[in-house]
Amino acid sequence: MNVVKALRCDQSESRSSVSTQNACKLCAPLGASIVFRGIENCVPLIHGSQGCSTYIRRYVISHFREPIDIASSNFSESSAIFGGGDNLKTALDNLTRQYAPAAIGIATTCLSETIGDDVRLYIEQYRKERKTRSIPSIIHASTPSYSGTHMEGFHAALRATIEALAEGGACEGTINLLPGFVSAEDLRHLKEVLSGFGIGFTMLPDYSETLDGESWADYQKLSAGGTPIQSIRRMGRALATIQLGRGLGTVRTAAAYLEEACGVRAVTLGLPIGIRGTDAFFDAITQMSGIGLPAKYAKERGRLVDAYIDGHKYVFGKRAVIYGEADFVAAMAAFLDEIGMVPALCATGAATGRVRETILSNLEHSRPENVQVFEDADFVGMLEACRAIQPDIVIGNSKGYFLSRKLGVPLVRVGFPIHDRIGGQRILHTCYRGTQQLFDRIVNALMEAGQEGSEVGYSYI
Amino acid sequence: MIEILDERKKQVLETGKESGGIACEKASLAGSVSQRACVFCGSRVVLYPIADALHLIHGPVGCAVYTWDIRGALSSGPELHRLSFTTDLREEEVIYGGEKKLYASLTELIETYRPKAAFVYATCIVGLIGDDVQAVCSRVAKEQSIPVIPVHSEGFKGTKKDGYKAACEALFRLIGKDDASPLPELGINILGDFNLAGETWIIKEYYRQMGIDVVSCMTGDGRVAQIGRSHRAALNVVQCSGSMTYLAKTMEDTYAIPFKRVSYFGIEDTADALYTVARHFNDPDVLRRTEELVRDEVNRIYPAVERFRQDLEGKRAAIYVGGSFKAFSLVKALRHLGIRTVVVGSQTGNREDYDYLKEICDEGTIIVDDANPLELSKFMIEKQADLLIGGVKERPIAYKMGVAFCDHNHERKVALAGFAGMLNFCREVHASIMSPVWRFSPAYHKRKKEADHERGESIAV
Repeated sequence: MNVVKALRCDQSESRSSVSTQNACKLCAPLGASIVFRGIENCVPLIHGSQGCSTYIRRYVISHFREPIDIASSNFSESSAIFGGGDNLKTALDNLTRQYAPAAIGIATTCLSETIGDDVRLYIEQYRKERKTRSIPSIIHASTPSYSGTHMEGFHAALRATIEALAEGGACEGTINLLPGFVSAEDLRHLKEVLSGFGIGFTMLPDYSETLDGESWADYQKLSAGGTPIQSIRRMGRALATIQLGRGLGTVRTAAAYLEEACGVRAVTLGLPIGIRGTDAFFDAITQMSGIGLPAKYAKERGRLVDAYIDGHKYVFGKRAVIYGEADFVAAMAAFLDEIGMVPALCATGAATGRVRETILSNLEHSRPENVQVFEDADFVGMLEACRAIQPDIVIGNSKGYFLSRKLGVPLVRVGFPIHDRIGGQRILHTCYRGTQQLFDRIVNALMEAGQEGSEVGYSYI
Repeated sequence: MIEILDERKKQVLETGKESGGIACEKASLAGSVSQRACVFCGSRVVLYPIADALHLIHGPVGCAVYTWDIRGALSSGPELHRLSFTTDLREEEVIYGGEKKLYASLTELIETYRPKAAFVYATCIVGLIGDDVQAVCSRVAKEQSIPVIPVHSEGFKGTKKDGYKAACEALFRLIGKDDASPLPELGINILGDFNLAGETWIIKEYYRQMGIDVVSCMTGDGRVAQIGRSHRAALNVVQCSGSMTYLAKTMEDTYAIPFKRVSYFGIEDTADALYTVARHFNDPDVLRRTEELVRDEVNRIYPAVERFRQDLEGKRAAIYVGGSFKAFSLVKALRHLGIRTVVVGSQTGNREDYDYLKEICDEGTIIVDDANPLELSKFMIEKQADLLIGGVKERPIAYKMGVAFCDHNHERKVALAGFAGMLNFCREVHASIMSPVWRFSPAYHKRKKEADHERGESIAV
């Protein structure tokens, strides 16, 4: 038992167990695959065992309900011993032949990283060996699943993409938007918002069509859509980069690279959820574009304020559990705080050591002693904590259904993955419009819980 | 235009056109986007339904999180199998080894959940970082007085089939523990049924009615104690032969228990399975009861099947499943609905399986081993399939192309085994094919138009 105790002491305070029980995170290559499918005609290639790509495909398909082809270099025992170079090159050849992609995004795995595969060298060799033929752009992200979560994979792939493709040069006055891991509907909305300001922009990644596309007439090897390679090249000549994710300011992100290498100013904002979060986003665009808030969004904001007032009593003081990616949780917590709810438990599987501060620094009404922040969290640990917290509502992805069911409180499904409902990719979370939808859903979930739990059961509330 | 990679051409054949056999049982080609998973997946799916065992996945987080509560394997009692436990290895363990964390995780989990046995799945990097999983398991087994069994399921060490074998080896270590408890005379073990949506219960009820006792189910609604006494059964009845024949053979060698390969999908195969078992015991009462059961059940469902057939006659199906034994049953079951199989493939079929498929399929059927999304879509288009039977990974291929779909994979929540399952199967297929939504699908529209055009031409000739 001493070893158990000793290991527990090494961990963050929020962990009650050494093992992870019902993990609240995914592995890095998943995040990278999402980014690569947000690039036009790019096919993800996971350098590791066949299972990694198949499991990730199944997981992503179950949320988006869309095809996502992710290739594997399909390690065998001999590749684990002698290195996966040959397999990687074969995979690059076969992908090029079958898909004729514009780019191939390589994500490594725990396996290829542990054996110390030098992927950079393999790619160099490959380029030399295949120089007579035209080959796709090759992007390589280091994404071992023992290091961080799917969000580390997501941001590593973003940075790798920019490093591989972006070119500096005279400023073209455009904006780069790095939206983070949001829904396909969010991506469409963010594009609409930026278009409304009449400013040129490039959003990366953009899986709004590739992972939420139309029904087809003909088979598409790679679903249409995504950020064009040409646009990514020009991101080094933009006026500024807005990266959404409050915790990203101190990390080696794609935006940081663009600033260092190409002199493109990096602006880090929280995800635009809630009025304050969205105001900050719109303020930044207003400043960069020199154009005031379009009337349409001023109206959306006004209606949202009106709705907040209409619904404020139903939510005041209600305790919520919110979990998911750290930046998403931080934005959601700030939103709950501004409507008078208590983000009583904010949990993420990430273990960066910065989450607590990021979350608490954006709360204005909740008392810190009423807010627990769990880093390196898992769902079993969260359930234990909830016994004391007694939350009124659970807000997060499908994997928290287990919590909601055990606690007998409603679950408002947001984020990724949504595996037990249809339309997860079409949930809008961002800006005034997305916040409006979140607010309505949260108020209604609380109303419904009250109604269902009432002996009277009024139809007039 | 979709091209089949040269290296894969031998893994495809068309009945009536080629006389030779198909190439199979090969490692997937790198970059081919195989639908297969890995060794770990094979082990995990087989052992997963054992509901009173602890399943601890030793490795970084991915393997555990992608397999959390994904099978529809029901339990009549404990539900420990529905939780996801992992050592969630981090960078420091990759460097210094994971044994300490494995020991601590096992200890705390066993003390918390009091399982009847524990399985420790070794994933890709466990051997590479030098962990002696067997030694840790032996120590914990001694300290906790329960069997703690390592499952050698490193993803890259073969294919899913090798994972089945590793699972069978792990199961075998639980067998033979109980020589004392009283057992009935006509006792069988059900192997290779995983109680998806309660299918084992359907099958067990048939055996009960026949007067046959079930000693153990491996692994549907499985219990460690049941498995421990399974060596005293009189017969092993093996479904899903790809996964469990190895165990059946080992039990035959060690305990002289004969085995029969059966399938519970479709009318003939279910009837055959029950008769096979009845004939084995050669007991007139059992035979009579079996005849009555089959007659009653067939009479009960046949009128409904006929009604479905009226709508479905003349449709064409593509089948892509994990094990080919299931494909045999599906080809036959579809015939009852007047549906012809035009494409059939599996992830793990062997030469004998494919030869049998060749025999039972009509001329002009494409048979494919270890297919990928591009090939599947190509064959579905060429052969004008109206229906695809597969799993979640295959579903979007069908839907995007305006093709109906039936989920026959291990995630399904609808029981498809036995006579009752045949009726559900008919309903599933019927609901998808007959849905009015297809007329809005551009691909469906196009296919109809081409078919009408072809028909017009043939009339003109």
